[in-house]
Amino acid sequence: MELGEIVSVLLQGAMVTIKIVAMALPLAALMAFSFGLIRLYAPAPFKQIAIVYIEFFRGTSALIQLYWIYFVLPFFGISIDAMTAAVVALGLNIGSYGTEVVRGAIQAVPKGQYEASIALNFTPSQRLWRIMMPQALVNMIPPFGNLTIELVKATSLVSLITIGDLTFRAKSLADTTLQVGEIFGVVLLFYFVIAQCLVFFIRRLEKHLGKGLGRGGIDS
Amino acid sequence: MIGFEWDWAFTWEVLPMILSAAKVTLLATLLGSIFAIFMGLVFALLRRSKNRPLRIGVYWIVEFIRSTPLLVQIFFLYYVMPEFGISLSPLATGVFALGLHYGAYLSEVFRSGIDGIEKGQWEAARALNLSLIDTYKDIVLPQAIRPMIPATGNYIIAMFKETPQLSAITLLEMLQIAKIIGSENFRYLEPFTLVGILYLVFSIVAAYGIHQVEKRFPKEGFSLK
Repeated sequence: MELGEIVSVLLQGAMVTIKIVAMALPLAALMAFSFGLIRLYAPAPFKQIAIVYIEFFRGTSALIQLYWIYFVLPFFGISIDAMTAAVVALGLNIGSYGTEVVRGAIQAVPKGQYEASIALNFTPSQRLWRIMMPQALVNMIPPFGNLTIELVKATSLVSLITIGDLTFRAKSLADTTLQVGEIFGVVLLFYFVIAQCLVFFIRRLEKHLGKGLGRGGIDS
Repeated sequence: MIGFEWDWAFTWEVLPMILSAAKVTLLATLLGSIFAIFMGLVFALLRRSKNRPLRIGVYWIVEFIRSTPLLVQIFFLYYVMPEFGISLSPLATGVFALGLHYGAYLSEVFRSGIDGIEKGQWEAARALNLSLIDTYKDIVLPQAIRPMIPATGNYIIAMFKETPQLSAITLLEMLQIAKIIGSENFRYLEPFTLVGILYLVFSIVAAYGIHQVEKRFPKEGFSLK
């Protein structure tokens, strides 16, 4: 098989990979923010639920979670297709790590900011959304960027529940053509390029959001 | 909803099989950790080399390994190495892949640990006419190790959680055994849940163990002799 043909087959797989990332990322962000805030501010029983979710998904492996959702849920009468299982498993997994990013970033906002917002008689929701969150968001960008790259890498696991992503196409192409070196080499390069594009984008975003916060001295 | 009860008899039947597969999981993690720590040190020291092309080359190798999926690296090593005449068992391939992957992560931990040693320590070592090897062995590493332990421990736990990916190259670790049991009995609930719980328990125990190790290391450095 020509290298060009291999690349074009793998590109289709890369589109599936990107699609999964694009669907799992919003779920992960939703979980990260909701459970991160619950863990910080909610009353006791909700806090406990959040901790169970976080520790469970951080303490077991993404592949086990994926298998559990794909193979076990049908026994409870919840039958879901492979794609939904993949998005749910990866979203919940990355989201559980994200909760700690949200929590850490909010706690890292200087205490004076919080005290000033009380002094100015802001309501609790104004305090959170107008004062704390805009500053915390800037702190969150680098670790969330890392998590996004983790998500991209984790999508390779969905190939094991027969979704035709980049890794799956590579594996089946390798099985039929036996040109393993070229195929897996190209695939590694694809993932690398996707990750580097994300890194570039995240750095831009970080710079953009960081403006006007009065941190890190004068812009050069 | 289809009634599907947890079957305790089945659970007790499959538990010994999964526990014996846990040995393979733990062995892969142990060997992988040793190899990763070795590779991490090699990468970290090479990145401090005076040779610029070498330094930049190693930077991009580490960056490449860190930003590509472990699963694809496992496939790559398992299918491509035989083309160069190196045929390794699934376990050896797995250890190699885990070691390389986490070695890349650990190199950053080691690098920042080494960078954290005060300049005066290096200068004193030079003033005492110590060789580069002695400087690392007797001055730098003993002081650098304690701050490196928590992050290293986290990566070893992360590695442990990624060993199920070795099932993709037919290594008979816990998840692979659970999958085989599941497909033979058409019951996935108990085996997969057991594996999940075992991972959770091992991770928590390991996190506690690492914390204990960290406490045992003196803050002021120690002798490597």
